Amino acid sequence: MISFILRRLASAVPTLFIVVTISFFMMRFAPGGPFNLERPLPPQTMENLNRAYGLDLPLWEQYLRYLSNVVHGDFGPSYVYRDNTVDQLIAMGLPYSIKLGLLALLLALIGGVAAGTYAALRQNSLTDLLVMSVSTVGVTVPNFVVGPVLTLVFAVILAWLPAGGWGDGSLRFLILPMIALALPQLAVFARLMRGAMIEALHADHIRTARAYGLPARTVIVTHAMRAALLPIVSYLAPCAAGLLTGSAVIESIFSIPGVGRYFVIGAINRDYTLVMGTVVLIAIFVIVFNLVVDLLYGLLDPRVRHE
Amino acid sequence: MSDLAQMPVLAPHAPETRGRSLFALAMRRFRRNRAAIAGCVVLALVALFSFVGPLFSSHSYDEVFPSYVSIAPSLEPRPGADTLQGAMENAVQRARLRLDAFQVEGRSFTATLAADQPIDPRATRYIDRANEFDDTVVKETLEDGRKLVVEGRVTREYFPFGTDSNGRDLLVRVMLGGQISIAVGFLASLVSLGIGVVYGATAGYVGGRLDNVMMRFVEILYSLPFVFLVVLLVVFFGRSFILIFLVIGAVEWLDMARIVRGQTLALKRREFVGAAESLGLSDWQIIRRHIIPNTIGPVVVFVTVIVPKVILLESFLSFLGLGVQAPLTSWGALIAEGANNIQSAPWLLIFPSAFFVVTLFALNFVGDGLRDALDPRDR
Amino acid sequence: MTARTNMKSRTAQAATATGETILAVRQLKVVFDTPDGAVEAVKGVDLDVRAGETLAVVGESGSGKSQTMMAIMGLLAANGRASGSALYRDREMVGLPIKDLNTIRGDKITMIFQEPMTSLDPLYPIGRQIAEPIRHHRGGTAADARARVLELLELVGIPEPARRIDSYPHELSGGQRQRAMIAMALANEPDILIADEPTTALDVTIQAQILTLLQSLQKRFGMAVVLITHDLGVVRHVADRVVVMRRGEVVETGTTRAVFDAPKADYTRMLIDAEPSGEKAPPALDAPVILQGRKVRVDYKIAGGFLKKSGLFTAVHGADIHLRQGQTIGLVGESGSGKSTLGRALLKLTPSSGRVLFDGRDISGFDRKAMRPLRRDMQLVFQDPFGSLSPRQTVGEIITEGLYVHEPQLSKAERDARAVAALQEVGLDPTARNRYPHEFSGGQRQRIAIARAIILKPRLVVLDEPTSALDRSVQGQVIELLRGLQASHGLSYLFISHDLSVIRAMSDYVIVMQGGQIVEEGETAALFSNPREAYTRALLSAAYSR
Repeated sequence: MISFILRRLASAVPTLFIVVTISFFMMRFAPGGPFNLERPLPPQTMENLNRAYGLDLPLWEQYLRYLSNVVHGDFGPSYVYRDNTVDQLIAMGLPYSIKLGLLALLLALIGGVAAGTYAALRQNSLTDLLVMSVSTVGVTVPNFVVGPVLTLVFAVILAWLPAGGWGDGSLRFLILPMIALALPQLAVFARLMRGAMIEALHADHIRTARAYGLPARTVIVTHAMRAALLPIVSYLAPCAAGLLTGSAVIESIFSIPGVGRYFVIGAINRDYTLVMGTVVLIAIFVIVFNLVVDLLYGLLDPRVRHE
Repeated sequence: MSDLAQMPVLAPHAPETRGRSLFALAMRRFRRNRAAIAGCVVLALVALFSFVGPLFSSHSYDEVFPSYVSIAPSLEPRPGADTLQGAMENAVQRARLRLDAFQVEGRSFTATLAADQPIDPRATRYIDRANEFDDTVVKETLEDGRKLVVEGRVTREYFPFGTDSNGRDLLVRVMLGGQISIAVGFLASLVSLGIGVVYGATAGYVGGRLDNVMMRFVEILYSLPFVFLVVLLVVFFGRSFILIFLVIGAVEWLDMARIVRGQTLALKRREFVGAAESLGLSDWQIIRRHIIPNTIGPVVVFVTVIVPKVILLESFLSFLGLGVQAPLTSWGALIAEGANNIQSAPWLLIFPSAFFVVTLFALNFVGDGLRDALDPRDR
Repeated sequence: MTARTNMKSRTAQAATATGETILAVRQLKVVFDTPDGAVEAVKGVDLDVRAGETLAVVGESGSGKSQTMMAIMGLLAANGRASGSALYRDREMVGLPIKDLNTIRGDKITMIFQEPMTSLDPLYPIGRQIAEPIRHHRGGTAADARARVLELLELVGIPEPARRIDSYPHELSGGQRQRAMIAMALANEPDILIADEPTTALDVTIQAQILTLLQSLQKRFGMAVVLITHDLGVVRHVADRVVVMRRGEVVETGTTRAVFDAPKADYTRMLIDAEPSGEKAPPALDAPVILQGRKVRVDYKIAGGFLKKSGLFTAVHGADIHLRQGQTIGLVGESGSGKSTLGRALLKLTPSSGRVLFDGRDISGFDRKAMRPLRRDMQLVFQDPFGSLSPRQTVGEIITEGLYVHEPQLSKAERDARAVAALQEVGLDPTARNRYPHEFSGGQRQRIAIARAIILKPRLVVLDEPTSALDRSVQGQVIELLRGLQASHGLSYLFISHDLSVIRAMSDYVIVMQGGQIVEEGETAALFSNPREAYTRALLSAAYSR
């Protein structure tokens, strides 16, 4: 078990290295630079800035420098938010993103699994149709539509909830962004769960359990649901990594000071270090959640247990 | 041992000589699926609206109406009858006449002018001088010329969807947005289909070390945040329409490649591929005659998943301000604009969102229908 | 096999003794609602199960034998409806609410299934699964149930029950899994045990063990066993009474002896006669050797993962084989014996070491391209007639595919004429060439596969379990067809099968394989009458003593 975890973490190092390398060079080959503003700077200032940030060095040297800094956990100064380092920006934004993301994840997971199971048990009934239609809405309507519409209805017309901002971080402020963030994932979970549950209920061993007179609850909960949760668990990794690292759309619609926005702001402004920082952050989240999910999977399914 | 001749030679339920292919059967199942057919109809209507609609509108997508900025949607033409009445009264006053009756019907008006003395028919010029009226002609002269019935054209504009904050007709812009979103959706899916099928089929069929290397590469691309790739590519290549769908297609092919590879691997183990091999078919013949025809089903289904995904992605990019450049637009860009003006002009959000959501819904139903039809046990 | 002879004498006694009827099925009907309309799978079946007897329900695929039992047990698929009556000791089971049904099934009536791998939940240890019905029906503590499970595992002959009780299904062999299922079925000492094709998915030697186990346990517990099977060999030696079903109807009921000695229905007679018979004379001694394998060895790499070493698995350890013109060599073995791999290696379809000579030419070093011209002389027919035909091609396209490669100069009309001839030769209507494989039955598909092989007029055909997926009555016809083709074209066959009766009817020389090695070979008659190796004897007794 321990050796499995260590092995997995070790194999993450080359992946991270490749991610850093690819994004570094892709970013640098894109035209423009962090100081190409709409109103061009005087050449002297430009030169000074470039020197100050080490952008005048040959590319490979910049790369090596960056690499060694990253190894030491230093993502460098931000070019857009000149007063902060990328580490500081992430440290400031991440707690907001994680809190919102966790809430959304819980909502999506619980809601999706419950709705999917319910629909599967009443396959082809009216309830099933309803659940599936609603989840189709969830999958098809993007959160940049859901967000504004929620604001329009609950904040503008009904004026029940604030339209945006973090406020004091209480639930009142988080409900709308949480729903907007969770809805698409909830829909995915519901559809996955329904499909997996229907398949699980058709399995031969479910027939065995029924043939042995076990009560419906036992058949469904102990035998069908455990199998049906397997695809859900697999989907959990990319979903959790995506939700916890913030969504650029939701954070900008609801003005939430999380890390999701940095990425887009950084990319548009050629803030090399900020973009690289967020990319590495997301990659780390993906790797960690993949590992967690693999361990969870092993717990649920003895066939893939990791010794 | 029963005689061979006694063996029932054909399935008893199929008396006709030409068999039904699996594809024909699938199409029959598809046609029976009402939701999917409804989805097809809706898609056709939306496409018609987007691509043919602009021909029926006198406005172009970049035409600015400075006098109609951010007006609410209405089926009534602009300006309204009251405004016209006022304008006509002004014009008539300047001609020192009385206005007895005034009627507007669509884009033409009828007015009855009156005076105490016979009216000079040239008085119509006063009317033509007003911005709103044109081509005024005398239709009838009554009461020895003391009354004139005149007719003319009214310059009126219809804005059933309202206008945006620049004074552009939202209806036409939604049509244009539809053209771009749908076109990007299909073209990008084709690009991802092309790359994905070739890449996946090669990796799956050749197998071994090449497969390992190719799939490792896909995995690395997967671990890069997907939006990152798109944003970078868009920033890199600029924001032209062609590049946007190329870029999205170039990112979306990963899933396609995986699916096709999985299919190919599964097919390679099927006995009919083994049979083809033992008949002496070459690799290429096997891929062409056996692998590709048999992957078509899942691939078609997957394309119906990809098209809405790509439309979503394009609108996401537009939402972030990375999509097509103004004055061109797409549904995503329109929705972003609407979201920014949500309090003052909610119709800017509602119309594009409605078309967008209806289209995605329809695509979804068509996709589900195709999946059920092509893989009937998957239910 | 003394247990079997005892069993037989008991059978004779039981048949005369009339046990009380504990399950009476009357006019049972099962209808499935499908998108293409209602399908009647069971059309009014009557049958009785008497206390302590073994009743065999026999039929080929699609006879409704399994669905009859599923209907009684309330296990039909969601689109299935049952009507009629099934009285278990005065309780009507058809239409009984699930809650009440659950007091009978798993307690009074239990079931075991064909596929022991999938009928056990892969996510729980077998001990837990066996304990579940015990605790549900009998109550008691977990410790009591566990003790009972241990006892049961011991009883059904699972080695090291104390360790195995916590094993997961995937950690057991196929035979052990079926034993675990039997333990579960016996746990509450039922009145009736329904065994739905309990041995079909198992190797012959394991099959025999499971049947013996079932018989001895029946003796011990005194329950009735309803054995659903297509295998008349099993029926003849195990059952007291027989119900023969065909297309959802009962065609004949009677004691085993009466049914086998004097079948009343034509269908029953046909089934009994469908056991493969006949034998093949060896070819002339001077017939040329067409295929020769010397020390053919096949190794598979076991794929290693990242940071994991890959291993080597030897599927065939140096096999020698000589196949002469007009000869049929039967290659026998259980699953995993390497028989199919050897067949493919001889056709150069799988990489191997050693030497292969075809028609005197050494083809060992030939690559795919060099093999291509030779392919028309050496053909392969597969087991699964569903998988071996591409579902997207018409039958005409399928059978002329070889011509397309080897005789590209043929015109369309010429190819079509060849297709017509080939279809007629395998006994199919030539109009079949415009249809798609999914429109044909299993036997017809196998004929199509054979047509595809012979259209090239090959000299050697490797037949890999060509009859194993077919019903007995169809099997016989395919064997006849293959014999006829061999005689008229002077073909040489390498006939691979696990089914000894088919091997005996088809081949003049037999090779027995086990674990990748040839353990015994010889002329068919000699080998069957006087096997030397213990393994061959075990195979033969498993196949013929039933």
